[in-house]
Amino acid sequence: MSRSIDQDLGRFKEIVRGKVRQQLRKYISNGEMIGRKGREFVSIPVPNIEIPHFRHGEKNSGGAGQGEGDVGQPIGKGQGADQDGNGQAGDQPGGHVREVEVSLDELAEMLGQELELPRIVPKGKDTISAEKDKYNSINQKGPESLRHFKRTYKNALRRMIASNDYNVEKPVIIPMKEDQLYRGSKSIFVPQANAAIIYMMDVSGSMTDDQKEIVRTESFWIDTWLQSQYDGIQTRYIIHDAAAKEVDEDTFYHTRESGGTKISAAYEVARNIISTEYPSADWNIYCFQFSDGDNWGEDNKACIKMLTEDLIPHCNLFCYGQVESPYGSGDYMRELNKIANQHENLVLSEIPNKDAIYNSIKTFLGKGK
Amino acid sequence: MAISTYRPLPSELADIQAEMEGHAADYGLDFYRTIFEMLDYEELSMFAAYGGFPTRYPHWRFGAQYDELMKGYSYGLQKIYEMVINTDPCYAYLLSCNSLTDQKLVIAHVYGHCDFFKNNAWFSHTNRKMLDQMANHGARARRYIDRIGHEKVEEFIDACLSLEDLIDMYSPHIQRTPSRNKTLMPNELKPRRDDKHLEGTTDEIEEEEGDGEQHAARFATKGYLDPFVNPRTAIDAEEEEIKKRAEESRARRSFPEEPQRDVLLFLLEHAPLQPWQHDILSIIRDEAYYFAPQGQTKIMNEGWASFWHSTIMTHHGVTDADFIDYADHHSGTMATSRNRLNPYKLGIELLRDIEDRWNKGKFGPEWENCDDMETKMKWDRQLGLGREKIFEVRRVHNDVTFIDNFLTPEFCIQQNLFQYRFNEENDYYEIASREFAAIKRQLLDNLTNHGRPFIYVQDGNYKNRGELYLAHRYQGIELKQDYAQDTLVNLQKLWRRPVHIETIVDDKPRVLSFDGHTHESK
Repeated sequence: MSRSIDQDLGRFKEIVRGKVRQQLRKYISNGEMIGRKGREFVSIPVPNIEIPHFRHGEKNSGGAGQGEGDVGQPIGKGQGADQDGNGQAGDQPGGHVREVEVSLDELAEMLGQELELPRIVPKGKDTISAEKDKYNSINQKGPESLRHFKRTYKNALRRMIASNDYNVEKPVIIPMKEDQLYRGSKSIFVPQANAAIIYMMDVSGSMTDDQKEIVRTESFWIDTWLQSQYDGIQTRYIIHDAAAKEVDEDTFYHTRESGGTKISAAYEVARNIISTEYPSADWNIYCFQFSDGDNWGEDNKACIKMLTEDLIPHCNLFCYGQVESPYGSGDYMRELNKIANQHENLVLSEIPNKDAIYNSIKTFLGKGK
Repeated sequence: MAISTYRPLPSELADIQAEMEGHAADYGLDFYRTIFEMLDYEELSMFAAYGGFPTRYPHWRFGAQYDELMKGYSYGLQKIYEMVINTDPCYAYLLSCNSLTDQKLVIAHVYGHCDFFKNNAWFSHTNRKMLDQMANHGARARRYIDRIGHEKVEEFIDACLSLEDLIDMYSPHIQRTPSRNKTLMPNELKPRRDDKHLEGTTDEIEEEEGDGEQHAARFATKGYLDPFVNPRTAIDAEEEEIKKRAEESRARRSFPEEPQRDVLLFLLEHAPLQPWQHDILSIIRDEAYYFAPQGQTKIMNEGWASFWHSTIMTHHGVTDADFIDYADHHSGTMATSRNRLNPYKLGIELLRDIEDRWNKGKFGPEWENCDDMETKMKWDRQLGLGREKIFEVRRVHNDVTFIDNFLTPEFCIQQNLFQYRFNEENDYYEIASREFAAIKRQLLDNLTNHGRPFIYVQDGNYKNRGELYLAHRYQGIELKQDYAQDTLVNLQKLWRRPVHIETIVDDKPRVLSFDGHTHESK
């Protein structure tokens, strides 16, 4: 049965998405505008979709509350940024911004629609199973955050009545240690198609913060899209200058090393990760490499060899994004171009500035692999 | 369109309902026949999003509301237990996954609401067949959507909703000066055939207009002497003079004659609307009037329902097995917070306080004039008038008069109430006072007109150029400027000519204007 609420909800989402979509290009170019909230949601500023009314401002406003506290004690923060009533009224039609929470899935869907990205058909469905926690039991022990208040209370009450400690006039229940009950979880296994993303970034002296910002923004969107295509995704990060190492996400974006550049070192680490942890028969593997194109000349040959023999055959996609830096030469792109048409899953993209991120994502993910 | 097919309550619940209904009636609650239905959370959220009327006109804001409710529920932030609609028969919806204890409590609570809807004076003018009317509104709006197009109708509804609170909440209950509706055209009334608020005004207007004409003075005389005593030329000249004066005064007269609260009515009467727009606006206005009393009596209504669920449950409903669940649920509902007053809590406590005071005779001049705390503490005249009093209170009061009449200094101390204010310097809300007068004043300020600014139509022909001039009656709090500007944009969509609102900014008068292209502020 079609319910009218579905239509109204659809219309609302259309409006929100429409507003988001109109500006998607802007959001993509401007990584700071998207705030991740937990793992599921991002908050996206969209132009106001509230219905405006004549309303009171905050200045001189107040209310009544209930509870403890002395005069002068703050009880809540104002909306701050609005700063209305400061004589700012003027020629700007109301351009206030509202943050809308959009789930990553929705965002990915929008991205997919906007960039016309093809859906990915995963491989290796049944062999991998993921562990999921289900809270459906009660335990005697557990962390305080999982304490089952009502059952604990009931236990305590029962004990106090039984031991004649319960006072009808002053019915205070004090739970003891053995009264405490906790929610417990059980792990269950769910089969799923798994994917691994391996990011590699050149952190040699020639990569500036601007370039890293581009990498950060682009990988956010790549993550968002790939997460929407797979149930579980593992992400690994490798940084390199003349030597390479695996690092966590935070380090990946914030480290700045100096020194020379040897790309093959990063490939070596990636190869090890793939061969030991992600057998390519079961895993969908994505490699994204970002660099300014500088490489130690002698190294190029070794790189191409490892790439064609050890990496590309195991990956769904191997993407190379070259950011333009004031210091980089961009030679490496030329090397890769030579072999690009022999390998269908090798994708190359140049990202001269933030605005190019949009097209770069399309290039990388447009193959549907 | 059928939204949900009628599902009778399972026998277990039907028994509970019969039991609760019995208790409620024994206590003297008086309600329309109440029909309960069970809904799952999705359905209940849908009903709630539509304000209880799933057949309403389609609009995205209901979808937005639904989205919020569903998200709040799935993340465990909030839960609606029940929903009651002010109709005859009264419809009440229960959440099917409520525990049996919750259902008992909720059913008892519902009977409190039903009694309140039926008996509180502020609801006396609401349409008890609103289900039909809402469905009718929905059908009309859908017809326009089919004919005019979704985008256009939606855009117009958006504009109307922006103004929906600009109504005169008291107008159903009193007769404003008849001259206010002077220009009401009978043919314009047609689409509003179901509008109760206007009934009976047209006749008086016509009558007044018939009598209003003024004539030149004539001296009484015999017929044959008349041409000499009252010479034709003099009479004519005087008639001419009177006519001229009348015309002048008519031109000078501002329009409307007195500032008009019901901005929506003014727009219906005078804005250049197409018939479908006129109808949509009248739908929005009708529904705004229907929902207004619920906003006016939030504290009382929830307080009253909570008073009765608490009374019935603690005296009859709760079994040993129930009582932890009951206590948990009840105390959750009564939870207080420092930044927002809980209407359930304030309402139930104030009603209990009134009952106690009238039981013990703590009222009247003798009580008021007593300064001795000791005596006051032990005061008990054994009058037993409490129950009678709270039934009277629920009949005649709304939140504003409820607080105004019954809030006492003792109550404020006992309930730990305080007043908070916004501190511009550090951008924080801070506890400002625990003085009775300040708290009461603040509560009344926040409740009067739902805490919204008072807006009037001042002039419908501003500068004699057909521009609309509204006035904000400044009471110490400024308008939120950006919202005001956006609202003006929507107002202009209806009025088509430039629109203005006069208000106060930084203690100086200022007029915000929008002419369809640019905003101005002088």
